[in-house]
This record gives sequence, structure tokens and C-alpha cells, in this order.
Amino acid sequence: MAATDTTPLVALRDIRKSYGDVEVLRGVSFDVHRGEVVCLIGPSGSGKTTLVRCINHLEKIQSGRITVDGELIGYREHKGRIIEDSETRIADRRQKIGMVFQRFNLFPHLTALENITVGPVRVQGRDLKTVTAEALELLARVKLADRASHYPSQLSGGQQQRVAIARALAMKPAVMLFDEPTSALDPETVGEVLEVMKELAQAGTTMIVVTHEMGFARDVANRIVMMDQGAVVEIGSAEQIFTNPQQERTRAFFKAMR
Amino acid sequence: MSGDFNIDTAFFLKYLFNPPAIIWKGLWLTIWISVVAQALGVAIGLLIALCIRSKRAWLRGFGKFYVWVWRGTPLLVQLVLIYTGVAAAGFYKYPDIQIGPFTLTGPLQAALITLSLNEAAYMAEIFRAALSSIDKGQFDAARALGMRPITAMRWIILPQAARMVVPPLGNEFTLMIKGTSLLAILGIRELFGTLQQLNAATFRTFELFIIAAIWYLILTTIMGFVQKRLEAHYGRYDQPTADSKAKPGLRSLFSGQR
Repeated sequence: MAATDTTPLVALRDIRKSYGDVEVLRGVSFDVHRGEVVCLIGPSGSGKTTLVRCINHLEKIQSGRITVDGELIGYREHKGRIIEDSETRIADRRQKIGMVFQRFNLFPHLTALENITVGPVRVQGRDLKTVTAEALELLARVKLADRASHYPSQLSGGQQQRVAIARALAMKPAVMLFDEPTSALDPETVGEVLEVMKELAQAGTTMIVVTHEMGFARDVANRIVMMDQGAVVEIGSAEQIFTNPQQERTRAFFKAMR
Repeated sequence: MSGDFNIDTAFFLKYLFNPPAIIWKGLWLTIWISVVAQALGVAIGLLIALCIRSKRAWLRGFGKFYVWVWRGTPLLVQLVLIYTGVAAAGFYKYPDIQIGPFTLTGPLQAALITLSLNEAAYMAEIFRAALSSIDKGQFDAARALGMRPITAMRWIILPQAARMVVPPLGNEFTLMIKGTSLLAILGIRELFGTLQQLNAATFRTFELFIIAAIWYLILTTIMGFVQKRLEAHYGRYDQPTADSKAKPGLRSLFSGQR
């Protein structure tokens, strides 16, 4: 259908979330289209991480709606009201959404290869042989073909994060979420992870990336979402945000980054 | 001098190295009761631990109440209450149960029920501690892959909990083997009951109870070896260190057993 190209892959509408009295997301709305790379930037505590965790319902939202590929995430409409979905249905929806965490969260009891195959085999019930062949290709894609049988404890941070990316890709998600993927890395391994992400972007993967790597955002992002205090300050193309920010808050943020 | 002591060395050596069939039968009974009760205790204990971790308040309440009752009362009291007490009150008369070629007598039924329910309370605490020590990121990563709660538990969480459970499980099993000696009170002819019965016929009290002690020591020592193997198996994904490479020697057997 030609129409699918113009409908957003991920649509966020007026997302609100609070922890007790503290409002961490105060009405966030934006769209992400197929093949687009959107970087979320902003100071610590601005709600970027919470927002991406809401997109696959690792965090509940108090109001608003999130759709991925046209399907409501975490909730469903029942007799005109929005109610929380069942665990099973939420789990099924999450298969479409890959996620890479700041602290990798690889499964320590599984090898690099098993970390990648466990999802397709145990969640999607696919054949181990086929999945293993795909997983080895993915390992080669993240340049870790020779580390298949290593356990996470035997890999560097950068290598673990690349395995984590391959693990998420193995589920063939429609969109990839990255939550500060390089913030927990030694400076010398940041580059190898960003390189892999850049190649993903060039291959047309839809990505939402929370990052403090301004160089990466500038080079790779189609659009930048600048957030502060749980709200979107401004959205624009990478070029526009970096060379000609419209908001004083964005200019102050860039000044503080230097 | 030796004439002052009432010790029949020939009797002792004969019963130690050439035990009559009745002792072998008692030993076998001790072993299978211990294994079955421990296995049931592990399974029920895991369920109780999951209750305690449940989102539902009534399940949490049930789990905590269970542990409180079973840990807070003596095993001996539980045994006589569940067998003699229940039968005396007329709730259940413990008729023999035929399972294939085996007959499960009333006292054996009561013994297995009590030992496994009692053990479950301790295993629940061990599982609870192991589960709560697993990094929250592991749950996030499993959910993000689209795993349903049971899938995540089976393939991600429990295998990691297992390695933390093995050392205390070894202790529990040692306690279980020793604890079966209490079953003599129900007239069960397990190892200790058998030797008590022999004592009633021969009055070689010292010799026979030394033999009992030796047999329990042999069983718990074998258990120690098995435990080391299990720990090595579940610790295989750790980075090898100089410490863990050292082969567990005899020394390790003499430490850490209750």
C-alpha cells in the first residue's frame, strides 16, 4: 500500500508520565517515519530515557497514546475506554521493537551466539539451525564473527554492546530503540559501537536514539528532538538544530555541552 | 584397661563392613526419602517464592504466611501433627497407596508431605533471595525481546538464579538427609530407625549409633562432591580466575556443612 509510507511508524501523542507527584513526561508528541533516524538530546533528567522505555512499555504512561506500525502499545481500546493490555499481548507487540540498553544487559549465562538466538527461538519459536545461521551473519555484521562462543564476561564493553545490537536485530524489529548506548563505555570503544549504528542507519533501519554523542547525532540523524524537563523544546533537522537552533534553551544546552 | 569399657569390636566391625540386608534397606529408604522430599521441596519452594514476588497482594500474603508457619515450628512437631494428629482427629487416615510395585504406607506419606512442605519454606527464602539479586536489567532485556513472563523466567532468570541457589541447596540437602532420622519417631525404618530397632534386639548401643553416624557422614560427604560439580557447572560462564581454576580438593569437604 502506498499509504503506509506516509503514515508514521512510531507515533507519540501527548505522552504524560509521572512518578508520584513528579511529572517526568509532560505531553510529548512526535512521529517517526520508516527509515528515519531520530536522535533525542537534552540534559540529564529531561525524560529522554523514560520516553524510549515507554515506547516498548517497559514504563507505563499515565495518558496519551503510543502506536508502532499502527498498533497501540501497552493499552487497548475497550468500549471506548483505554485499558492496559495483557502481559501476553504487550510481549507480542514488543517483538516489533528492538531495544539496546545503556548497560548492555546481555544474558551472562549465554554465549554471544546464544544471546542472539534465544529470542527468535524461544519467543518466535523458530528453528535453531536457521536462526543460528542468521545470528552468525549478524555477528559478522557487528564485526564479532570470532566471538560467537564467548560469554559476555569475556567481552569488552564495546563488544558486549555490539552483541546487544545484534540480539535486538535478530528479532527483525520494525524500529530500534537505543538508550544512551555509548554512555557506559570506555572512550576507546565508543567509536566501534557508533560505527555499527551508523551502518545500520545507512541500511535504512528506523532508529530512535537517546544520545549525548553530538557528533553522531549531527552526522546520522534525520531529525533531532531536543527535550528538557519532560517536554519537547524543539524538533528539526540535524542541520537546522545544530546550526540554527530556534529556542534559547537549545542554545544554552549546546553551550553547556562544550 | 579395655575391659572397663563395654565395646564389642567384632560386632562393630561386622555391622560396619558386612551390614545385614536390613541396614542396606534402611539406607536406601533414607536416600530416596531425602531425594524425593528435597525435589518436591525445591518445586514447591519455587512456587512459594514466586507467590512472595507476585504483584497480587493475596499471593504475597499467602507466601509470607506459609514461610512464617513452616519455619516457625519444629520439624518434629510438624511430623507428629501431620501424621498422628491428623489421623487422630479423623481428617485423613493415611490408607496405603499403591504406586506400581511400590506401597506407600501411611507414615511414609505423612513423612514425604511434611518434609517437602517444611523444606519448601526454606527453599522459598533461598529462591526469593536469589531472584531478587538478579539485575533488573535482565528482566528489562528479556521483556524487550518480547518474552512472556514464563519464558523469561524459564530461559533467562531461573538459569541465573540456579547458580546462586546451588550452594545453599547443598546445605539444605545435607540437613534433609540428617533430618530424615526424625522419621524414626513415626516408626519408619529408615537408617536411624533400623539401627534403633537393631539396638533394641542387641543392646550394642554405642557400636550401632557410631555406625549410624558413619553412614550419615558418608552420605553428606558424597553430597559435598556432587555440590562442587554442580557449582562448577553453573559457574562456567564466569571469567576464569586463578582461584576458580584450582581443583576443589578434600579440604573443601570439611568446611561449610551444617
